[in-house]
This record gives sequence, structure tokens and C-alpha cells, in this order.
Amino acid sequence: MKLHDLAHGRTGDKGDTSNISVIAYHAKDFDRLLAEITPERVAAHLNQPAGAVTRYVLPQLCAMNFVLKGALKGGVTRSLALDAHGKCLSSVLLEMPLTSDSS
Amino acid sequence: MKPFRIGCGAGFQGDRIEPAADLANRGALDVLVFECLAERTIALAQKARLDDPTGGYDPLLERRLRATLPGCARHGTKIITNMGAANPRAAAEKARAIVADLGLSLKVAMVTGDDVSDQIAGYILDETSQPASALGQRMVSANAYIGISGIVEALAQGADIVICGRASDPALFLAPLVHHFGWAMDDYEKLGRGTLIGHLLECSAQITGGYFADPGVKDVPDLAHIGFPFADVTADGNAVITKLENTGGIVTPATCTEQLLYEIHNPARYLQPDVVADFSKVTFEAIGKNRVAVRGATGQPPTGQLKVSVAYRDGWQGEGQISYMGVNARTRAELARSILDQRIDAADIDERLSHLIGSAEDTRLRYTARCTSAATARLIGEEVESLYLCGPAAGGGVSKSVREIIAIASTLVPSNRVILRSDILGANNEAT
Repeated sequence: MKLHDLAHGRTGDKGDTSNISVIAYHAKDFDRLLAEITPERVAAHLNQPAGAVTRYVLPQLCAMNFVLKGALKGGVTRSLALDAHGKCLSSVLLEMPLTSDSS
Repeated sequence: MKPFRIGCGAGFQGDRIEPAADLANRGALDVLVFECLAERTIALAQKARLDDPTGGYDPLLERRLRATLPGCARHGTKIITNMGAANPRAAAEKARAIVADLGLSLKVAMVTGDDVSDQIAGYILDETSQPASALGQRMVSANAYIGISGIVEALAQGADIVICGRASDPALFLAPLVHHFGWAMDDYEKLGRGTLIGHLLECSAQITGGYFADPGVKDVPDLAHIGFPFADVTADGNAVITKLENTGGIVTPATCTEQLLYEIHNPARYLQPDVVADFSKVTFEAIGKNRVAVRGATGQPPTGQLKVSVAYRDGWQGEGQISYMGVNARTRAELARSILDQRIDAADIDERLSHLIGSAEDTRLRYTARCTSAATARLIGEEVESLYLCGPAAGGGVSKSVREIIAIASTLVPSNRVILRSDILGANNEAT
């Protein structure tokens, strides 16, 4: 099972910082996502240094907001990447496999 | 009291115009906002103004106004926009000419003061840890993200169209709410709520199902004819977000939640010129088809500092692409890449990146580099193009480009150092 099966999200950017939301479709899955989608796992999945990712939690919306500092190789103005904004990162994150077998 | 209806007619410079015209014609709006500036847009506008002193404002301003002014005039809808970019005065003069040409009688105001390039020299930039003055001639522009005061003043002066430059995006929406409801500037709960409404609307279709569709998982009906959003705001600062009947798209708690968290970083501390907005306890409730009630934002006093974006010239990016198809396509593309690695060895290349895009039978090589000089940047595309005769078999479809890199750095200046003013064009108090 992938994160994409239980959640959706969107990426935005400000300078060299990426902001990725992860929102559970169903409230019943939120605690599981909270336990599994930790800042450390997000950093590892997106090849960011551990400690570069901050997580904010909005339980009433079953939502998390991840902020990745320095994730965009200089940001939209300097990055050589095709997707210099990092707009695709939310879909890359939703590929993350879920590890627990509570499904 | 009747709800105040505020709509969004653009969420970025290149946004669609048709849904904005639809909102102007059928929405019976009180205010229509066009939000057209991103971090770099104003620097590009400043460059345009250096080339042409009457330019430097949004290139779609005329098309947007001609498409929406007749409907807005019919409904008494006021227009607020940052399409002034690097030249609010020229934009406002253009708007006044369009108003006259359409035979309308509308007051046009400009808000200025966001350009702080003449006082930024001593401030240390976050990204470079150097004062802005160290950029010397490379600096292109420095604009503060201004708050609502200039726009509120223009509305109080009776303006029908308010044109500014680098205002904070939500401020374009918060200002008419403060003006209409008479909210106090220290009523931070209301300012936080108005900021939320602005934040939800400011990206146009991103809350009505745009940037949301994921076929089979998150389906959006009739995305081709997506409608832009508007909010019915009550005096307490809460609102219902919706869109016009007979438009494509959807408004649901899910679309609202994605937009709520878009680019805000810490939801409890969304830093704005007039308030630190707190969205951490916001709730969304579906109260009808494509109708979502928004509640629960609040706010604290602002920090007393304004963010300033400083744009500067930072070298050049050159790029070339070439395609290989059919048998051995990927192998030929890899050979092409290794040839480019050998041929391109200019000393002023800061960073290079190459990748193979597509399948093993249909591979496109993209080769790009950031360089100090324009000449080296041009060389990248030229070397890719020369693969036609001097590279592997059967390469085709070359494209090449060179662009000057305008980098953005930021700093903070005390709010009281940024003096805003609003002027009705053609009025006695107009600045000359």
C-alpha cells in the first residue's frame, strides 16, 4: 500500500523552501499516517538531509504540512531542474510505501 | 447585513481570462481581485521598465480589463490588482485610457511605495549574508511586500479600480474587507480571518478544482471549463467559498484544505504585513454543492517588519535538447551526452545538469548549465545543435535557449520605513 491510497497533497515553494501537504481522505486513517509519515521518513524518501524537514499537524483537517528547507537547489530562479519549483514533489511523496500492516 | 462578495479573477500572471470575465458578468461581485505577481515577476517587470519607461506592468492588463470592465461597471464591482508590478503609474494611466475608451466613468487609483531600492543598501540579505549594496550594478529591484493601508485609503477616496505593485497577495483581498466592514487595524482576529479568505482565493482555480485532479482518485468534473472562486463574507470575517453555477470544477473541504496549506509553512504563524495570521484551527464544512463554509482563523499583532525581495542578475542559463527514437535510442542519447561532456569545458560554468527523458525507444537528452557569461550559455545550445552533423546517428528535434538568471534574495525592513501613498489619477492630489 502507498501513501497515495490514503492521502492527497499539494506542493508549493518560497525561495529555496518547499512546502508539501499530506491530507488523509478519511479521518480513520489519520493516526496511522501521523505515526508513519514522520519528518525523518519524508526526508529520506525525498533525499533530503535528516533534520531539514519540519512537520506541522492540523488534526481537525486530518492534515500535515511538511516544510523542507534548502530542498530546491537554489529555488526556482537558480535551479537547473526541469521542475525548478519542485511542483512534482507531492506526487513523489505520495509514492511512499506504507510499512505497517494494519490495513 | 448582506454578505460581501469578493472574487478572484487571476492567480498568476499567465492565468486564464475567460473565467474572470464570467465572474465579472454573472457574479454580481462587490470586488474582483487580480493577483498577478510571483517572487520573480516583479524583477522581470523591472527589467522591462529599464528597456521601456512606459512598460514594466502586467502584459495582460489591457486584455484583462477589457474583458471584465463592462461586467464590473454594470454590477458596481470594484477592481483591485497588483498588475502595476514595477510601474503602477503607467498601469493606472493605461487603465484610465481603457476606461475612457469603453465610455465608462470610473475612478482609477494607484498605490505606490513598495519600491524600496533607494533605501535597501545597508540591509543584510538572508541568502548571501552580505549587504544589498554588495550586489552593486547587479541589483535589479527591491520591493517590500506592503500591507493594506494604501489600498484601503484608495477605496476611501472612492476609487473603482486600485492598481498597486508588490502588495502581499492576501492584502489585495483583506483591504476591501477592512474598508467595507470597518474592521479596526488592531482587531487581529478579523484581520486573520480576512487574510485566510485572501489566501484561499488568491490562486484562483486552485480552490475550485484546479491543480487538484488525479484521474480515478480525485476526479474533477469539466476541468476544461473551470470556474474561478468567490467568497460571501460576513461581518464576523467568516465566509462561504463557492463558484458560479454552470462552470466546471469543484469546491469541497478537500480542495480548500490543499489550498489552505499551500506555501504557508507554519499554519499558526503566517506572517503578513498587518497581522500574523493563525490558520491552525481552521475548519471547512460542506454546506451545499460547491459551497464550503470557512471558520476559525484568528491572528496576532504583526512583527513590525516587512519582507523585501531583492532581485539581482546572477549569470546565465544555457540549454539544448535533442531526441533519439527507435532502435538503440537510449544508447545513442548516452553517447551524445558523453560527447557534450567532453566538448563543453568553458571555465565559467558553475553547474551543469543533463538527463535522459522518456523511454528506451524515445529518448530526449536535455543538457543545461549555469554560466557566468552569456557567451558560454549560448555555447550549450550550439553544441547540442551541432550533434546533427557531429554526433550519433539520427538525432532530431533540437531546441535551444538562453536566459539571464534573475535571482531573488530577501531581507526585512522596519514597516515604518516603507511609506505608502495612494493617488486617484486625474484628481487634484495626484503626485506629479
